Amino acid sequence: MTAQATAPALPTERFARGAALLRARELGIAIAVLLVFAATTISNHAFANAHSIQQLLTGASLIALLGVGETMVVVTRNVDLSVGSVVGLSAYVVGDVFKHHSGFPVLLGYVLGIAIGAAVGAVNGAITTVTRVPSLVVTLAMLYVVRGVDGVVVDGRTIDPGAIPKSYTEVGYRTFLGVPWLALIVAVVVAAAGYAMRSFRASRDLYAIGSNPEAAALAGIPAGRRVFSAFVISGALAGLAGSLFLALHAQVDVTGGNGYELTVVSAVVVGGVAIFGGSGTVLGAALGALLLNTINQALVAAKISSFWNEAVAGGLLLAAIAFDRWLGLRVARSLQSVQGAHRDA
Amino acid sequence: MTPDLTTKPAARTVLRGGEGGGQPLRRALLRWESALVLVLVAVIVFGSVHSSTFLDGTNFFYIGLNMGEIAIMALPLTLIVMTGEMDLSVASMLGLSGAVMGSLFHDGWSVWAAMAAALVVGAAGGALNGLLVAKMGLPSIAVTIGTLTLFRGLAEVVLAPRTVTGFPISLTKIGVVPVQGTQIAWSALIFLVLAVVFGVVLHATPLGRSITAIGLQPEAARFSGIRVDRITFGLYVVSGVFCAFAGILFTLKNSSVSYDAGTGLELNVVAIVLLGGVSVFGGRGTVAGVVLAVAIVGCLQQALTQMGVKPEVQNIVTGGLLLISVVVPNGGAAVRRMRDRLRRAG
Repeated sequence: MTAQATAPALPTERFARGAALLRARELGIAIAVLLVFAATTISNHAFANAHSIQQLLTGASLIALLGVGETMVVVTRNVDLSVGSVVGLSAYVVGDVFKHHSGFPVLLGYVLGIAIGAAVGAVNGAITTVTRVPSLVVTLAMLYVVRGVDGVVVDGRTIDPGAIPKSYTEVGYRTFLGVPWLALIVAVVVAAAGYAMRSFRASRDLYAIGSNPEAAALAGIPAGRRVFSAFVISGALAGLAGSLFLALHAQVDVTGGNGYELTVVSAVVVGGVAIFGGSGTVLGAALGALLLNTINQALVAAKISSFWNEAVAGGLLLAAIAFDRWLGLRVARSLQSVQGAHRDA
Repeated sequence: MTPDLTTKPAARTVLRGGEGGGQPLRRALLRWESALVLVLVAVIVFGSVHSSTFLDGTNFFYIGLNMGEIAIMALPLTLIVMTGEMDLSVASMLGLSGAVMGSLFHDGWSVWAAMAAALVVGAAGGALNGLLVAKMGLPSIAVTIGTLTLFRGLAEVVLAPRTVTGFPISLTKIGVVPVQGTQIAWSALIFLVLAVVFGVVLHATPLGRSITAIGLQPEAARFSGIRVDRITFGLYVVSGVFCAFAGILFTLKNSSVSYDAGTGLELNVVAIVLLGGVSVFGGRGTVAGVVLAVAIVGCLQQALTQMGVKPEVQNIVTGGLLLISVVVPNGGAAVRRMRDRLRRAG
C-alpha cells in the first residue's frame, strides 16, 4: 500500500527536478555571461564601466530580438533563415521613406518595418505549411529573394544619418537610468514573449508540434495555423529589428543584416533551444545572444586579437550543442528510471 | 463463378502489362531530371536570344570557371544530404584551406607541400564534423553552423589581415586559360570527372545503396547491418577533403587568398544540391540532377550578367528557382489535401 501511495508522487518529483534542470539552463547561461564578464574585468578594469556595459547590451539587442522569433519557429521543428535579409530590407525601406518624406511620423517607421517583416513571414509560413516543404529550404530561398529585392530597392545607394529624423535615431543611443532604450525595448519583447510562451495555449501548442508532430495532429492541434503564426511573428520581429537597426546605426546600405541568420541560430542554440524542436525558451535565446556578444567584446577588451572572435564563437556553439545533448541524455535516463520505479512498484 | 476467378487476374495482368509498356516513358518524362533538362534548354535559349555571344566557347569557359569550386563542393554534399544530414561548413572549409595554403606558402613552404597541408586540414575538419554528427549523434545543422563559424574563425587566425599572392604562374593559369585544345575550365573538367565517380558510387555500388538506405530509414539501415556511423563519418571526411581541394582551386584561380574567400558560398552549394532534386530528408536524389542544377545556375548567372543584371538581383532568380523547385513537386499533393479538407468541411 505504501509503495503504491508513494509511486505516483515519484514522477512529479522527478519531473520537477527535470524542470529545475531546464530552468538551470538559463541560469547556467547567465552565470556564464557573468563569469566571462568578471574574468575580463580582472584583466581589463575598463570593461566594467557603464559605457562598456551599455555597449554589451546594445550589441546583443538586435540578435536577442531576432532570437525571440527564431525560438518560436525552432520549437516547432522549423527554422527561419530569412531573418537577416528581412533586417536589411526593412531597415533600408524605412530609411528611404524618411529620406523622401521628411514629415513621415516616426512611430509609423516602426510599423512599416514590422509590416514588411510580417509580409515576408507570411510568405514563409504559407509556403511551408501549405506545400509541406522543409522550412530550411523555403527560408533559404526567401533569404535569396529578399536579398535580391533589397538589392533592387537599394540600387547601390546608402541611407545617410542626415536623412533620418533625430527623434527616430535617439532610440538607438538614449538611455533610461543608464540602460539603453534599445535593451529595454528588447527586454519588454522578451518578457512578453516569454510569458506568452509559458502561459498561452497557442504557444504551448508550438512545443507540442515540435516534440511530436503526429501526436500533436492527433490531439487536434491546428499545426498549420500555429506554424504559420510562428513564421509571421518571427518575420514581424525581424522587421522590427530592421527598424531598430536603422535607428542604431543611422545609416544602411545593401549589406545591412548580412549573415545575421546564422548568428541568430547560434544564439538560439547556445541559449538551449533544441534545434529539432520541442524545448527551449525565448529568455534562453536572448541570454545566448548576450553571451555571444559578451565573449566577442571580452576578446577585444582582453586585447586578444579580434581575429579569434569567430573561432571562439564557433567553438562555443559546438560546446553548447554537445552540452545540450549530454543534458538531454541525462534527463532521458532519469525519466527511464522513473518508469522503472513505477513498474517495480 | 470459375471463369470470373480466372479472368480477373488475367485481365489485371494484361492491364498491368499495358501500363508497364507505357510507364517507363511516362515515368522518365515525369522525372525531376527531365524537368531540369527542359529548364536548362530554356535558359540556354533565353541566353542566346539576349546575347549573340552566349553560345561562344569563351562563355562556356567562364561558366565553368565561375561554377567549378561550388560544383565540386556540391558532390560530397549530395551524398551527405542523401543520408538525411547537412553540411553548412563547406564554404568555411574552402576559406580555411585557402588560408592554410596561403599562410604556409607565405612562410616559404613549397606550393605543393602547402596544398597537401590544406588537404590534411580539410580531412581533419571533416573528421571533426563527422565525430560530432556520427559518433556523438548531434544534429548536423547545428554542428555545421558551429564549424562554419569555427573554420572561418580559424582561417582568420591563420591568415588575417594578410592577403597572400605570388603563387607560381604555372598553377594560377587555371584561372585564365582553359584545358589545352578545349574551352573547358580546369575546375569544370575536374568537376565533370568527379561527378562521374560520385555518380557511379551513389548509383551503382553497395556503398551508394547503403547511403540511400540510411537516408530513407536510418534505424532500418542500422538493423540491416549497414555501418551507419562509419559511413556518415566517412562522408564528412570526404566533404572536408573536397572542400579543401575546392579551396586550393579557388586560391589558384584568383592567384591570391584572404581569409574571407568564398564567404557565404555554402548557401549557393546547398541551393544547387536541392535544386538538383536531392530531398533534404534524405534517400532521394541523383548526381545527374545535381550536375544539371550546376549547369542551369551557371548558364543563368552568365546570361543575366551579360544582360547587365546586377549580382544582387540575380539572387531573386536563384531564390525563385529554388522555391519553384521545391514547391512544384509538392504542389499537387497540397492541392489534393486542400480539396480533401474542403470536401470534409462541406
